[in-house]
Amino acid sequence: MADIRLLNVTKSYGKHRVVEGFTIEIRDGECFTFLGPSGCGKTVVLRMIAGFEQPDEGEIFIGERLVSAPARRHYIPPEERRIGVVFQDYAVWPHKTVLENVIYPLTIQKVAKEEASERALKTIAMVNLGGLEHRMPFQLSGGQQQRVALARALVSRPDVMLLDEPLSNLDANLREEMRFEIKELQKNTGVTILYVTHDQEVALAISDRVAVMGTDGRICQIGTPDEIYEQPIDPFVFRFMGVSNFLPLEEREGRLFVRESAAALDHPIPAGREEAVRKGRLVAGCRPFDIKLMPPGRGTQGVVQRSSYLGPIIDYAVTVGGTELRVQQSIAEALAGGGPLPEGSTVGLHFPDLKWFEQEGELTQAGGAA
Amino acid sequence: MIGRLLKRLSIAEVLLALSVLVLVVVVAVPVFLIFWTALFVDGSMNIDDIVKILSEPDTYEALKNSIVIAAGVTVCSTILGVFFAWLVSRTDLPFKNTMKLLFLVPFMLPSFIGALAWKMLLSPYSGYINKFLMNTFDLADPPFDIFTLWGIIAVETMYLFPFVFIQVSGALERMDPTLEESARISGAGLLTITRRITLPLMLPSIGAGALLVALYSLAHFGVPAILGNEVGIYIIPTKIYEKLHQSAGSFTAIRTGTILASILVISAGLILWAQSAILKSGRFQVIAGKSMRPMLLKLRGLKYPLLLVSVIYLAVTVLLPTATIFLVGGLKTYGLELTMENMTLDNLKYILFEWQMTKDSIWNSFYLSLAAAFVTMLVGTLISYVIVKMKIRGKFILEFLGVLPFSVPGTVIALGVILTWSGKFGINIYNTAWIIFVAYIARYMAFSLKSNSAALEQVHDSLEEAARACGATHWQALKDIVIPLIKPGMVAAFFLIFLPALRELTTSVLLYGPTTRTIGVAIYTLNEDGETVYAATLASVALVIIVIGHFLIKRVTRTSNEGV
Amino acid sequence: MSYVHLKNVTKRFGDVVAVNNLTMEIEKGECFSMLGPSGCGKTTTLRMIAGFEDLDEGEIAVGERVFSSSAKRYYLPPEKRDFGMVFQAFAVWPHLNVFDNVAFPLQIRNLSRADIAERAKLALRHTGLDKYERSYPNELSSGQKQRIALARAIAINPTVMLLDEPLSNLDPKLREEMRFEIKDLQRKFGFTIIFVTHDQSEAMALSDRILVMRDGVVQQVDSPINIYTKPANRFIFSFIGLSNFLPVVFRNGSAFIEGAEDAGPIAGTIPADRGNDRMLLACRPSEIDLQKDGGVRALVKRKVYLGDIIDYRVMVGDTEVRVQKSRRSPSFSEGESCCLRFSQMHWYPHEDS
Repeated sequence: MADIRLLNVTKSYGKHRVVEGFTIEIRDGECFTFLGPSGCGKTVVLRMIAGFEQPDEGEIFIGERLVSAPARRHYIPPEERRIGVVFQDYAVWPHKTVLENVIYPLTIQKVAKEEASERALKTIAMVNLGGLEHRMPFQLSGGQQQRVALARALVSRPDVMLLDEPLSNLDANLREEMRFEIKELQKNTGVTILYVTHDQEVALAISDRVAVMGTDGRICQIGTPDEIYEQPIDPFVFRFMGVSNFLPLEEREGRLFVRESAAALDHPIPAGREEAVRKGRLVAGCRPFDIKLMPPGRGTQGVVQRSSYLGPIIDYAVTVGGTELRVQQSIAEALAGGGPLPEGSTVGLHFPDLKWFEQEGELTQAGGAA
Repeated sequence: MIGRLLKRLSIAEVLLALSVLVLVVVVAVPVFLIFWTALFVDGSMNIDDIVKILSEPDTYEALKNSIVIAAGVTVCSTILGVFFAWLVSRTDLPFKNTMKLLFLVPFMLPSFIGALAWKMLLSPYSGYINKFLMNTFDLADPPFDIFTLWGIIAVETMYLFPFVFIQVSGALERMDPTLEESARISGAGLLTITRRITLPLMLPSIGAGALLVALYSLAHFGVPAILGNEVGIYIIPTKIYEKLHQSAGSFTAIRTGTILASILVISAGLILWAQSAILKSGRFQVIAGKSMRPMLLKLRGLKYPLLLVSVIYLAVTVLLPTATIFLVGGLKTYGLELTMENMTLDNLKYILFEWQMTKDSIWNSFYLSLAAAFVTMLVGTLISYVIVKMKIRGKFILEFLGVLPFSVPGTVIALGVILTWSGKFGINIYNTAWIIFVAYIARYMAFSLKSNSAALEQVHDSLEEAARACGATHWQALKDIVIPLIKPGMVAAFFLIFLPALRELTTSVLLYGPTTRTIGVAIYTLNEDGETVYAATLASVALVIIVIGHFLIKRVTRTSNEGV
Repeated sequence: MSYVHLKNVTKRFGDVVAVNNLTMEIEKGECFSMLGPSGCGKTTTLRMIAGFEDLDEGEIAVGERVFSSSAKRYYLPPEKRDFGMVFQAFAVWPHLNVFDNVAFPLQIRNLSRADIAERAKLALRHTGLDKYERSYPNELSSGQKQRIALARAIAINPTVMLLDEPLSNLDPKLREEMRFEIKDLQRKFGFTIIFVTHDQSEAMALSDRILVMRDGVVQQVDSPINIYTKPANRFIFSFIGLSNFLPVVFRNGSAFIEGAEDAGPIAGTIPADRGNDRMLLACRPSEIDLQKDGGVRALVKRKVYLGDIIDYRVMVGDTEVRVQKSRRSPSFSEGESCCLRFSQMHWYPHEDS
């Protein structure tokens, strides 16, 4: 087991700078996730840790071992880094059986035959593939192939496991199941996991800590899933973590209004934000589920533009002072309140949980989950 | 020892250097020397001479004929290829799948053997069909003359149209059927859809097939040599051959040859450029997402007549010539009637066991093809690996060199290796089998690169990286993962080279020495010397070998595909 | 009054019965979805309506007119049916520019040039493509390609619009956007939509009525809300959303989870018809309450944080139950004991699987 440290790592492709001065420490035994939109450089960082790419500058440590230091022309090739890697496309070797795939790392290490096959079989059983040892990969489903890849990465008891979007080729049900199993494996083995994904749900579900990365390759926020979700540091992180609404605000007679409208907010001006309100830079963010629908006359007034029935939830588009908000209500709640609200009706809105941001650039409205 | 040396050198650098070296020596130097010899005399550029040579009547004629024949063959092959492709993939023609396979059979028949057969059938006075028609209808003059431009065009078309057929029927099968269905639901009938949707969408495939035919016809030696040389119809490759043979390697002859060869290379380059330009424009991407059965035109009353037309076409172009070769090959003397009592097996015995020249030719073809296929396959794997998989500086040189083999016609390669390996650089292998071997490697490198890179592109980078992450070194990853995975591609490359090399004529005809005739050369020279019967006997032996070879390739590729 | 009629339609491919004796009536102006897993026969049904497939049995009529009839061996060809149709893979013609793609069905109908231009432009405006008239499809995004297909389908102002999984090649955000646009177009043009999908939320959001299909057989035809709240069988229940199926035994008028009788009885109304004293209780993870006490006793095995929702796996004896609660409801940690109350219960026969 080992921690992973990156110090001031910089990497460019031609003129395009992928990451610059990237520094991070992943603790021994934790499940750490890089979460970011595609092209943010998260996969490149993982590939540098694995040794498939070399940084232009900086140092990478796995445990106490320096594995990449371009300034000193020091580079340990991937095969000597004692890592396990799982790829998005499984990368299960199609010409080898399940057992042959899993035993390969041990054969390379010249582990004695009997011990090797014993360890391989044990690992195969651990990923719930017992009985399928002699199948060829084409006889397996996508989820089973990804399990083979997991077993192969685990069998040599690596110091760290690097997982590069391992679930994005699977369908939703399987993804959920595998997510659960990866977490169980980590609990049982205690291996350090670095997980790379663009899917915020997986990141929240699986990680001890998450680093949210921006499109420019910089880290926006590092924290536990709960911290990232409940205390997003900026609108980008907020928007990235789920469907989101932004209300631009201004102050009139000591009260908060949706900017350039008569819609008042039943919320005092938050402490320490007076300056931002005065400059017209205060923005409030909220999730569709964090808006309570009430009879007209109470709370902030809005008009239902659209309502869609989505099974367990009802999804509304409500305009408040010219701003369109996404509001969601569980079907039980809607039925208790007399059924879904018809389109065109007036409604009162209450915001129990607003996140405060100070706006710098333009904010797009109602951005969905990336 | 070597292992330790390799460990110190980066494997990438070693592979790149090796690949560049092979391509430079085998392809780039010969082509460069052709251009150099064509352009420079005594170290200075001499354009006047080029103009003078090109305006001489016989070179000028050859150029003109080349263009006429290539154009004619391209147009005819395109019409035939598109028609038959449409027939088997968009109509309810009976026995479609069988017909689809049968339309590929003309590919198996070497076109110069086809030409030989047609010469026996349709030469003005001695051709069997002409004789039969003259006797039956009491004609004074023979109705057909195969020794004409039209004869050459017809025979080449018979054996080249599958290029178009394969491209177009493949594209029709891969095309998303909803492209046509959406036109139908828009209100268009089948004829309108064919005219306004299907045909325009097929244009790039038709174009690609047509350009392949043009390229092939332009560089092709066999058919025009057999049907044209006797009556003085020459095209570029046959003119080059004639110049070299008449003058026994005089400088003017070689220079004329190099100028004509340069024209060939440039035209081939232009054709390939045009092809890639067409295919690159995304305006024609029609590949289906999910496969569904396309709509089929109901032929109704035309169903069986069209089937009959197809069957007769195949019988006339494949069965008739093959039968002719076998029958004439068994005749006691050429010109006798094709009856049982005129047949003998002595010819076969003579060429297989007694005559040194033909025995040599079979043996030469066999080991030359085997060696060339094996070496070219291995080298092609190496070069493809560097091009497809490696990230290394200087790769662009290799990418550029890798395109060269595709655009160098067989005649040009022959001329190029003569210039390179006749002692100019201290090595003289002229008149030995080695020069043919080197030429084959250059000639078939394109096949090997194509097949190997296709196989390598299927092997996703992560498969190799996974092995590295499992602790395997680069060499181990190659040995355990990459090579086993591309083995089917390598086997395919081997056969793609071995079979055509076995029947090769265009290149070896310029390179053979007294003891290094190949089967193709032997058949050709026998025919030239008037030994028509022995030419036919040897040709029948060649046909048997080819059919067995194709049968083997099917078996081998099938079993090696099952493994993966 | 219904408009599109399918009467006892059966379609076989070799030995496989793709569609089995299907009868359905679709109202004029309605948005009607056919929902089911892949291979259930929904696409085959749509293709029979479009006229691309013949029928082995039955009849299809639109309005007063018979379009397909196996008995009469009569099939109006697809090009004469005047439908609009949008395919999953867009099926825009890459060699024609946007305008020519949309104008094609109008040109086929021999309209005047001015008419064609006017109607094509109208269709392009309604799909937000007016700026791209001269572009070629390969220069546009997949969302825009699907808009071309939509514009082409509405250009002839059809009465019936057939949609074959038109959203499944789009990314989730675009899918939602296009869903609204299709709905808007329907409002403007008033055509009847027959929509094929395997995505239940898409079907719910878009449709007036949904037909659920499995192995060529109709399972239920109903409004989205009824499909969700009153699924006719276990298959529909599991197909339409996350689900728990708990084996239940009845003792002395109370219901217990099988093998966990000591965890206490299930509160709430118990069905009168109890089969063999064993049934399956179906419930959604979001329709179970987690409480400190009062209900079936259970143990929290796993807790996963999903943002708005906390996802629990809870053990009742040896039976695992999935529970999803809002992050605002009282939270339980792994290893803690808790009690379950089922707020919505569906009962299915035990053998029904």
